[in-house]
Amino acid sequence: MDLLGLYAKIIATGLTFAQGMLGPELGAAVFTLVKTSVLIGVMVGAILGAVAYLTLLERKVIGYMQVRIGPNRVGPLGLLQPIADGVKLVFKEIIIPSGADKVLFVLAPIVALTVAMAAWAVVPFSPQVVLANVNAGLLYIMAITSMGVYGIIVAGWASNSKYAFLGAMRAAAQIVSYEIAMGFALVCVLMVSQSLNLSDIVGGQEKGYFASMGLNFLSWNWLPLAPMLLVYFISGVAETQRAPFDMAEGESEIVGFHVEYSGMLFGVFSMAEYANMILVSFLTAIMFFGGWAAPLDSTLFNAIPGFFWLLGKVLCVLILFLWFRATFPRYRYDQIMRLGWKVFIPLTIVWLVLIAAWMQTPFSIWR
Amino acid sequence: MNIEPIVFYILSTILLLAALRVITARNPVHAVLFLVLAFFTASGIWMLLRAEFLAIVLVLVYVGAVMVLFLFVVMMLDINLDRLREGFWSYLPLGAAVGVLMVVEMILVLGGKYFGLEHLPNPADPGAGYSNTKELGRILYTDYVYPFELAAVILLVAIVAAVALTLRGRKDRKHQDPSQQIAVKRADRVRLVSMPSEKKDN
Repeated sequence: MDLLGLYAKIIATGLTFAQGMLGPELGAAVFTLVKTSVLIGVMVGAILGAVAYLTLLERKVIGYMQVRIGPNRVGPLGLLQPIADGVKLVFKEIIIPSGADKVLFVLAPIVALTVAMAAWAVVPFSPQVVLANVNAGLLYIMAITSMGVYGIIVAGWASNSKYAFLGAMRAAAQIVSYEIAMGFALVCVLMVSQSLNLSDIVGGQEKGYFASMGLNFLSWNWLPLAPMLLVYFISGVAETQRAPFDMAEGESEIVGFHVEYSGMLFGVFSMAEYANMILVSFLTAIMFFGGWAAPLDSTLFNAIPGFFWLLGKVLCVLILFLWFRATFPRYRYDQIMRLGWKVFIPLTIVWLVLIAAWMQTPFSIWR
Repeated sequence: MNIEPIVFYILSTILLLAALRVITARNPVHAVLFLVLAFFTASGIWMLLRAEFLAIVLVLVYVGAVMVLFLFVVMMLDINLDRLREGFWSYLPLGAAVGVLMVVEMILVLGGKYFGLEHLPNPADPGAGYSNTKELGRILYTDYVYPFELAAVILLVAIVAAVALTLRGRKDRKHQDPSQQIAVKRADRVRLVSMPSEKKDN
């Protein structure tokens, strides 16, 4: 690809420049630091842009599902709406309750957003494009996303309000519960791909009996691991606190962890939620739907760059999130807990043992 | 000049300050949050030692699960700081003994060259593509499979015991059984009575 060649040229020039200025070792170190910072900046910018336009997409999609038009006043087709929303949020007053722990009250949304952003470091966008191609990428994502719960608990506690505290307890219990099922589902994926590296997981899905016949999409993990896909995606919806599991912002039980938050602090929580939605969609596409692989091995499909296939798959999964919100009634809290502990966890454990046994038989399809 | 020592010193400074604040913070919740920061920074130092599996699992298990439960408990306890300070002098001897023991242990490890520890060779540099996770998994499931499974069984027994200790069936709870709710037929709820329509009076 031309872009990759250009990027490699820029990197090489920058490296020689830095080494010429600061000497070979220090120059290389400083250059790596600067390069990584710039790349992180670019990625965070792209994710925040995606988050902003996901809110517009959500309002538009739900609008059309409810036979409305959705936002259409700011800019052509309402395309500038997210910017207007952002400006509104920034200029709103931030009210900090008296008796609140001020430092933690401000820190909590920052922690939530930081964690939502940090997980993106290992997400691959195409075979060559990944910020950190680490061996234990899947483990890293599980570890980082498991820290997201701190933003919620700290927000609930620092608000010095019983409602926020109870809401935080509920949200945290929900997230911790669904993390287990999610982890087991991912263990199945790493077992069949025999790797924790996300690029290798995609690579593993590109070969197989059907892929050799040109029917790539039948070789992806979604078919043999269909129950795990269901568990993973539903747990992902519950993890991100989206409808029908959105206890935190339900109108009927409005004691979410962020009741005391206003203005941009609340906005940051929202941004973290949407960034997590996009992350779960990316992971679903990478783990179960073959990442950047084209669904059929034909010249027409292969002509489209892999990155666009990945984006298309992610978009489909994202639309599912919005569709759920427009369609399903909210779960009752005890039923959320029952679904997580009594349905998903036993199901994932049984399927894990089943897949492990399958892989030991001569009929294993993952050799 | 190598960049690794710089990262190490930054991380260890944060780690030491956070650990210090764990024991000096007045608010127990702040102390727990500083402990979380200490764990996270320690995992960064492990990452620097190329023990990426241990580093990630430290975050996954301790930061992501254990400390969350810890935080739950500390937040819900009604802790009176003055009452906590009361027994300071009576606990001091025990605390000091444990402290001295830890200092001695650290001297033994850090001053290893005076005690002949250098006879143990340093592990060879495994190179860039080395997967710590894979090696650990291989050893755990081959050479150490029995101790590993034994530990798993002990943990399982602990889980069962914890559930058995806290589970009590209350008679007056209004528990709903979803399988019964789903099995309900229309006839269980509604009875349709066929009646002839009546003529209006007047």
